[in-house]
Amino acid sequence: MYRTDTIAAISTALGNSGIGIVRISGEDSIEIADKIFRSLKSDKKLIEVSTHTIHYGNIVDENDIVDEVLVTVMKEPNTYTRENIVEINCHGGALVMKKVLNLALKNGARVADPGEFTKRAFLNGRIDLSQAEAVINVINAKNNMALDVSLKQLKGSISNVVVEIRKDILHEMAYIESALDDPEHYQMDNYGEELMPKVLSIKSKLKKLLDNADNGRIITEGIKTVILGKPNVGKSSLMNFLLGEDRAIVTDIAGTTRDILEENIKIDDISLNVIDTAGIRDTNDTVEKIGVEKAKELAGSADLIIMILDSSVPLDDDDKEIIKLIEDKKAVVLLNKSDLNTITDDKTVRMFTDKDIINVSIKNEIGIDKLTELIKNMFYSGDITFNDEVYLTNERHKYAIYESIKSLDCVVDSIESGMPEDFLTIDLMNTYETLGSIIGEQMGEDLVNEIFSKFCMGK
Amino acid sequence: MSNVREEYDILVVGAGHAGCEAALACARLGLNTIMFTVSVDSIALMPCNPNIGGSSKGHLVKELDALGGEMGKNIDKTFIQSKMLNKSKGPAVHSLRAQADKQNYSREMRKTLENTDNLTIRQAEISKLMVEDGVIIGAKTFSGAEYYTKGVILCTGTYLKARCIYGDVSNPTGPNGLQAANHLTDSLKNLGIEMFRFKTGTPARVDKRSIDFSKMEEQFGDEEIVPFSFSTNPDDIQKEQVSCWLTYTNEKTHEIIRKNINRSPLFSGMIEGTGPRYCPSIEDKVMKFADKNRHQVFIEPEGNYTNEMYLGGMSSSLPEDVQYAMYRTVPGLENVKIVRNAYAIEYDCINPRQLKPTLEFKNIKGLFSGGQFNGSSGYEEAAVQGFIAGVNCAMYVLGREQIILDRSQAYIGVLIDDLVTKENHEPYRMMTSRAEYRLLLRQDNADLRLTEIGYKIGLVSEDTYNKVELKKKMIEDEINRLSTISVGANKKMSDFLEKHNSTPLKTGSNLAELIKRPELNYEILAEFDEERKELPKDVINQININLKYDGYIKRQMRQVEQFKKLEKKKLSENIDYCQINGLRNEAKQKLNIYKPVSIGQASRISGVSPADISVLLIYLEQMNKEGGKHEC
Repeated sequence: MYRTDTIAAISTALGNSGIGIVRISGEDSIEIADKIFRSLKSDKKLIEVSTHTIHYGNIVDENDIVDEVLVTVMKEPNTYTRENIVEINCHGGALVMKKVLNLALKNGARVADPGEFTKRAFLNGRIDLSQAEAVINVINAKNNMALDVSLKQLKGSISNVVVEIRKDILHEMAYIESALDDPEHYQMDNYGEELMPKVLSIKSKLKKLLDNADNGRIITEGIKTVILGKPNVGKSSLMNFLLGEDRAIVTDIAGTTRDILEENIKIDDISLNVIDTAGIRDTNDTVEKIGVEKAKELAGSADLIIMILDSSVPLDDDDKEIIKLIEDKKAVVLLNKSDLNTITDDKTVRMFTDKDIINVSIKNEIGIDKLTELIKNMFYSGDITFNDEVYLTNERHKYAIYESIKSLDCVVDSIESGMPEDFLTIDLMNTYETLGSIIGEQMGEDLVNEIFSKFCMGK
Repeated sequence: MSNVREEYDILVVGAGHAGCEAALACARLGLNTIMFTVSVDSIALMPCNPNIGGSSKGHLVKELDALGGEMGKNIDKTFIQSKMLNKSKGPAVHSLRAQADKQNYSREMRKTLENTDNLTIRQAEISKLMVEDGVIIGAKTFSGAEYYTKGVILCTGTYLKARCIYGDVSNPTGPNGLQAANHLTDSLKNLGIEMFRFKTGTPARVDKRSIDFSKMEEQFGDEEIVPFSFSTNPDDIQKEQVSCWLTYTNEKTHEIIRKNINRSPLFSGMIEGTGPRYCPSIEDKVMKFADKNRHQVFIEPEGNYTNEMYLGGMSSSLPEDVQYAMYRTVPGLENVKIVRNAYAIEYDCINPRQLKPTLEFKNIKGLFSGGQFNGSSGYEEAAVQGFIAGVNCAMYVLGREQIILDRSQAYIGVLIDDLVTKENHEPYRMMTSRAEYRLLLRQDNADLRLTEIGYKIGLVSEDTYNKVELKKKMIEDEINRLSTISVGANKKMSDFLEKHNSTPLKTGSNLAELIKRPELNYEILAEFDEERKELPKDVINQININLKYDGYIKRQMRQVEQFKKLEKKKLSENIDYCQINGLRNEAKQKLNIYKPVSIGQASRISGVSPADISVLLIYLEQMNKEGGKHEC
């Protein structure tokens, strides 16, 4: 949608380095920045400073200091978007940047849609005409990414909750609207009282989603890391070690991990989304076969692959098959079971791959520090990155849930102040539409269809 | 061989509710207008329910009245019962409905038409349109007479290739046994117009003397009657009203229907057309909502001078004998005598996406259409479209700017936008849930919203316009004044608030703020307002509504602002969307078919995503910057 409200986003890829920019654009951007910025050099508010100036200070959440920053204030029209822009240069790493963005959102900004800065820049006449096509490409690419992220990474349980809640809301709206359209047929007096507990229950479900979202994520974010290897080479053991708990079932029987396990692991400030796959080998077991197919597919889309080989047995065709899979990917090869008799050593493996090879004994926790060190190096040198759309999509979803809760509060207010029933559907409708944006659904003819299918209307 | 050959400015096909409004609008704007009907005796016929208005339809009639249409005035002259629906709900969903004396309604409308200058009524069937180079030049009758005109408005209702069906009986007639129009469809198809086949139905009419009303609940009209037309003085229409009656179907009724469902033409495949979901036949209701053990039946008089009664809620296409059997299971109808059978009617209409929001055909200049022909249903829906088609055809002939009401201005705007933008597979009925800004589109403020537009068109007198402008000013001034009148947290006020169960004031406030409280209003607070001047009742009503729902109204107004931004971004009909890179294929196809007039309209086409809208915005900006090279 074409809107002119104030938007915010993190505009450098998260995590490449400790430094990044939170950018705010729109009419109110400077006012919003003023609410969260305390200058360390002067008493001036940002709204009073000259355009295109840099200011040193702290970003604060009420009285707590979140980060020490440099803030650039640029007033319209000579800015990228031709709107007021504030750029907050953060130093405290990815987590802090998210906090700063969150503060901007809490104080009146909205998460930017995919490619929205570029779109605004163009629509406000900042970008040259000849670049129109490029602009469209950027927006489409970002949109597709966001959509992709949303579809692929929206956790099933959350999407189920959203779908269920929307269904309930739709039914309530349809009932009220049916009664308004055919009042001699459906009586509806004091329906607010009946609706109240339902609204409160929906609200608490959404609150729970939001709380969980604040702790973890709505969509899985992080560097998509896939652990590959034949059965029983120690994939689940590595996962467990990184997690520090026994989540994957570890046995000596080859092929135990049939489901894909997915966990978020933090190494320093780096967020890894680690996926443990079923071992890859030629198999006729159908259930396992699906797991193997999935593993191959995941490997294709991974940001980083950790491949594990068993050094106590000879390299076989299955291993070589997997080595082929990692050829064009960022990958590390672990030679596990260094505590046992070495039959396959790094020289042997080197003949098949140019990736880094580390000798480890996961069981004895030997060598894993080298792995984490390597990952950190790859990350900070920019060798591996992940798309910031992931994080932003997550924020957009959170924002949508937050807005939905606000709409439900309005419904509660309306009921409490004794508003007639027709007022209740206004905010129920907002909730329905806002939640729809999370799962990519619009209102369309949903309400009319629900009215006709559930309520016997008309004469 | 020589034929009749005449010239007019505008030709209207059909004299139903759409045709009447279209013809009146054109003639009143000074254009020489001829209106065709297959039967002059059936002008403004009400072939189905005997009432005008109802939820959201009442809004349409009031809006039409504010713009200078006739329906509201005509029902004020001919109603026999009046009721404001949803009175216990918010003002946005209050809706007026009146039972009409059907014959009287037709007669009064005919009188108005016959006494309108520039208007000729002609009984004949139009069988062919004459089009030259994509421009309409007139029409031919079945008898070969040629009428050359600058504009044509099609309002053929349910008459095109109509068939009336019950059981295994199928009559090739229009409603009520009237002659169908069997030739125009072919001419339309030859012009490349895509046709749909829709169906609708009506219940039986029965003899009042055969009904036992003691077994039914009496339904009275309102004690205080509110007129439809803003020009009708309420005092002039307070009168004795007739009653309607309520009874119910039961398991026996449903049993009979289930047993005979295989004899329904819907099941035998004899009916091909798509019926409306909101107006299901009784057999549809019983089959679809099997868990309901009864359905309402409203017995409504057809007029003051007839014994015929309408069985609201029991439309059907079951065979005659089944109709008798099922009706006679209903309490009070045990001995009922049928005067006219219930029937389903099937007819040709157009796919309305071929129309611009002005109701002009996209590919034939000067050809407009309105009413059921456009795939809608209902007298009120027909009338407003007839009016808009009429006005815009007149504007076209006069070389003036045509009017489009948008979704934030009127239910009429919502109705037409839905018709021309959304995929529609059944007769379209107005519903209050379709209007996203309904708090602003109330029946009580239709005059404030639309009189100015009617005046600019030329169908509202200067006197009426001035009165409405004065009313607006009175409302605004009084609200401003109220917010300047301070009230203190004194003893008098505390006592007063306590008396009205209202929380006491902690600090000073003003009258406008107090009126916002649900338990208070403008009138009650008179004792705290010494300088108050006497104001008309409708002005006071507006003050109360505007203040009480202030928060909601302002929110919707903000939404409207956003909405208008996209509506104002116009798209040329010459754009080839296939040439715009970045649009998804589905969007390209849909946009090329619909040719939306604005980005706003494009955003409402199903299959056009927000990302596509971004692409269109960028495309438009690009075109604007290149300037001149492309028309946008």
